[in-house]
Amino acid sequence: MSFRTIINRDGSQWMKGAGPDQDVVIGSRIRLARNIRGIPFPGAASHEEREKVLQMAKGATALAKNLGQIDFVPLGDVSPLDRRLLVERHLISPQLAASGKDSSVILRDDEAVSIMVNEEDHIRIQVLFPGLQLKAAWEMCNRLDDLYSEQLDFAFSPDLGYLTACPTNLGTGLRASVMLHLPGVTITNQIRRILSAMGSFGLVVRGLYGEGTEVVGNIYQISNQVTLGPSEEEIISHLENITRQIIAQEREVREALLKQGEIEDRLYRSYGVLAHARSINSHEAMQLLSDVRLGIDMGLFKGLKPTILQELLVLIRPAHLQKMVGREMDAGERDRQRAALIRERIRTLQD
Amino acid sequence: MLCDECRRRPAVVHITKILNNVRSEVHLCEQCAQGREELTEASFGFPKLIASLFDWGPAVPGVRRETQCEGCGLTQQDFRRLGQLGCPACYERFAPQLGPLLRRLHGGAKHRGKIPGPEGKGIKIRRELESLRRQLEEAISKEEYEMAAKLRDEIRDLEGQIE
Repeated sequence: MSFRTIINRDGSQWMKGAGPDQDVVIGSRIRLARNIRGIPFPGAASHEEREKVLQMAKGATALAKNLGQIDFVPLGDVSPLDRRLLVERHLISPQLAASGKDSSVILRDDEAVSIMVNEEDHIRIQVLFPGLQLKAAWEMCNRLDDLYSEQLDFAFSPDLGYLTACPTNLGTGLRASVMLHLPGVTITNQIRRILSAMGSFGLVVRGLYGEGTEVVGNIYQISNQVTLGPSEEEIISHLENITRQIIAQEREVREALLKQGEIEDRLYRSYGVLAHARSINSHEAMQLLSDVRLGIDMGLFKGLKPTILQELLVLIRPAHLQKMVGREMDAGERDRQRAALIRERIRTLQD
Repeated sequence: MLCDECRRRPAVVHITKILNNVRSEVHLCEQCAQGREELTEASFGFPKLIASLFDWGPAVPGVRRETQCEGCGLTQQDFRRLGQLGCPACYERFAPQLGPLLRRLHGGAKHRGKIPGPEGKGIKIRRELESLRRQLEEAISKEEYEMAAKLRDEIRDLEGQIE
């Protein structure tokens, strides 16, 4: 399978697949940061050194067995629009999208695995699964890391662990995160208390598209802050435990909201707007899609798939809309195209 | 609401500053907001925050204390600018200066996670030996001799593997 067919298809596994606890957890992500001994980190490396890392990563990818169907994609071959598409799908970071020819991404055909070469670190292995599957994602990431470390000599110190460009990733080089849909605790305003407690558990909360992005559509990303000290398993089970508590609270609130009955009217109204709007910006669309998704989880809108939220939250982003139409569009055109796409999706899925 | 600066266009950017517990608010239009220092990434980016935790040592007038990494040529100035190290060897080169930063970030902990390759095996065994020896001492102090004998055998086995 080639890169073309990957990004031309209309979604990644995490956007369509089913996973455990999917009524609250959209996806689970594990990322490992690794660097090759004796070569400066990408930010300080010369073009030749970055090129060398690229070749080493390419060689290791070819030799590593059982990686699955994968594709080594030099970023120089990827158009600016396709780069944004990959960012919108969470397969590469905005930082990698902005880098030059001597970077690349390695993609598995189901887009559950993406490996960035020459981002902030030489190699960043990412596994992204639908639902709450942190352990499974870690096991896969760990296996991939083993395969690469057979070919590459990773920079490591017994006390500091894996050495990374930024000291915040030192040690395990592991960032575990869950993407949560929390409309219930947001509506009832309990979210503030939950968010402010996260810091004391050593966890960080972000919006959908990472650092510094705002929370839209009641979707929050929670991840570990400390990478040095606890083992990988400890980091993951800690995040999972906290996530389970949040899930329990969210479910409780949803049940109470359903009993009160007032929420139903709002959810049907949101559906009505999405089913008929002729122009909609992405912020409003996300807000309403969150309502519709909540409705689906509460047993309303029979026939609509729950994955409509995560699928559409990517497909309605600017690069995806433009890819779909096949040309650049201004904001007004995009709003009309977005409304049309949502109308179509909401209707087809209802049949 | 009109922009606090030009008083002509509507304010769309609202900045709340909290400095020494004193809260102040500024409301700006898009044009006036563009030039504001508070809103440019460089003024309060993550790298700067990281670099500010780095221990620069006492400033000695007239003496340039510029340490440089042999591996990549990174200087303290570069680190201050980038908020990142230059190469794996920097961690050794700047170990004294990085100490306080790592304590803040990670609580001064040591790595207990995964270890790569064959070198990893030795470290793993040494870690396990340490823990077994502690358990052995505990068993002896509690006079649990059967347990102690079992632990002693396990320790012997592991010591054999290192050699």
